Amino acid sequence: MTTGAPAATLSLDEVDPRTSARIARETRQDWIFRWLLFAAATLVLVLLGAAALSMLAGGRLAFQTFGWNFLWSDVWDPVGKTFGAFVPIYGTLVSSAIAMIIAIPVSFGIALFLTEIAPTWMRGPVGAAIELLAGIPSIIYGMWGLFSFAPFMAANVLPWVRTHLAGIPGIGALFQGPPLGIGMLTAGIVLGIMVIPFISSVMRDVFRTVPASLKESSYALGSTTWEVVWNVVLPYTRSAVLGGIFLGLGRALGETMAVTFVLGNSHQLNISLLMPGNSIAAAIANEFTEADSEVYLSSLIALAFLLFVVTFIVLAIARLMLRNLARKEGN
Amino acid sequence: MTARVRPPGYRRRRSVDLLAKVLGVLATAFGLFWLVWILYTTFRTGIGALAIDTFTQTTPPPGGHGGLANALFGSLVMSTMGILIGTPVGIAAGTYLSEFAERRPVWRESIRFVNDILLSAPSIVLGLFVYTLVVRPSGHFSAWAGGLALALIVLPVVVRTTDETLRLVPGVMREAALSLGVPRWKVTTQILYRAAAPGILTGVLLGLARISGETAPLLFTALNNQYWADGLGSPTASVPVVIFQFAMSPYDSWHSLAWAGAFIVTLFVLVLSVGARAYLLRNRIDSAA
Repeated sequence: MTTGAPAATLSLDEVDPRTSARIARETRQDWIFRWLLFAAATLVLVLLGAAALSMLAGGRLAFQTFGWNFLWSDVWDPVGKTFGAFVPIYGTLVSSAIAMIIAIPVSFGIALFLTEIAPTWMRGPVGAAIELLAGIPSIIYGMWGLFSFAPFMAANVLPWVRTHLAGIPGIGALFQGPPLGIGMLTAGIVLGIMVIPFISSVMRDVFRTVPASLKESSYALGSTTWEVVWNVVLPYTRSAVLGGIFLGLGRALGETMAVTFVLGNSHQLNISLLMPGNSIAAAIANEFTEADSEVYLSSLIALAFLLFVVTFIVLAIARLMLRNLARKEGN
Repeated sequence: MTARVRPPGYRRRRSVDLLAKVLGVLATAFGLFWLVWILYTTFRTGIGALAIDTFTQTTPPPGGHGGLANALFGSLVMSTMGILIGTPVGIAAGTYLSEFAERRPVWRESIRFVNDILLSAPSIVLGLFVYTLVVRPSGHFSAWAGGLALALIVLPVVVRTTDETLRLVPGVMREAALSLGVPRWKVTTQILYRAAAPGILTGVLLGLARISGETAPLLFTALNNQYWADGLGSPTASVPVVIFQFAMSPYDSWHSLAWAGAFIVTLFVLVLSVGARAYLLRNRIDSAA
């Protein structure tokens, strides 16, 4: 650079052949590298499609044999080789519904605490502790549910539920039966605890994205903290909050091990939440290795296909709603 | 001095505000309560059930005494396989999304979208997928199938963290290297990866934490084995599956081994996930740059 001498003799036509060979080689390497990465990224897409297709192919026999009855029938008879998925589908929906009834208000309260109520020094550690709940493997929830929580429910909570709620006309039917401890209600509560960290961390993160000027304007007009949250923060973050809730719902629907332990694996349809039930994931986990006929196996895979489709839709809704927020943040 | 005038409804508004705050505190206490209860039960019962035999003996027959050595080893092998398969593919895919997809935005966003869904997809379905993909055609359960199922769980975690970390690397770094005539693959592997290494490593550790406790995907892929596995092509025990089998059994000795396993898994997973996050906090790109 400092000598400046070669500049006069260098032109584009006289590039050193070694340099042009190197450029050609590097261009080729770049091309290969790019295609390898492209293939890896495409694999992600292919995997999801292949998973769905393989479930559909595996469950085809069940869908063909039973038709729409597979969805509506509550007969699950491995001996007679007749399978209807209504009981597991019902159990999945009901236990997830109980989980959401518990998790949504609690998660909202936690997010409120972590963004508005707690002193600043407390927010980090408490938030991390709540997130630790998400780190505990689901099999641990299951074991704890079976050995600690179910007996606790049977001894302390369910007797109260039976005496106070079973008599109410209408919803009373939900709370009848022996206090076994194991059943839909226990499973729903355990599921609720499991999804709290997912929903609350999304809510906390989106509450933080609300511009301070918006909140401060509201405070300046004399709003209380609650009024700021209810009238400013929630409307501003509505779609992302719903996204977080759907994310939790997706988790609850597909959760396997925890509910397998505390649901009781019964294929009897019970309206009462105190009675054992089943869920799609629990039925697969419990029975897959015991499936002794082709149509039994196929029915279980068909169940997995249904679960896959439903969770895909729920999670897709969640992502779309969370995406809207990301866009808003960008503007 | 005039008396303080309070707007109409002031007292009611203050009460509602107070109630909301109290409920917020209670909700947080509710969440922490379960954390403490679950960890207390697992640690107390689990530590009580630990013995030297837990690490040296193989899983016992019904009602007998033994340990978890084969299951611990099986978990180690299959988790390693999951990481070894899932990490390179995940890093490659994440790199593509962040660095090489600028001309295909629709494709890029679709892959990100699908990856986010895979991230929370039910793991039992992924296990069944590997069952139909590997176990059924090959005719037997194997550690390979188990490792592959775990790799499917690691993959989206690594893709996401790689993608996000690389996007945090300042553009000037790329431009500086490219202006020196460095080819893009070298810019990526020798400069960007070096800057993003802490973030990517965190992703891998979080992926490892996730698969260490995974049970559902192993049920139909690696199955279980009461003894040492006969190579990677045969059914293999893993700690979570053994916990599942033992906890659901009526035998006390099996229960206590299940608790010992639960303690080991929980401790490992929590230390790993807390450690990974702490590591990331200290080595974050935006704090270094």
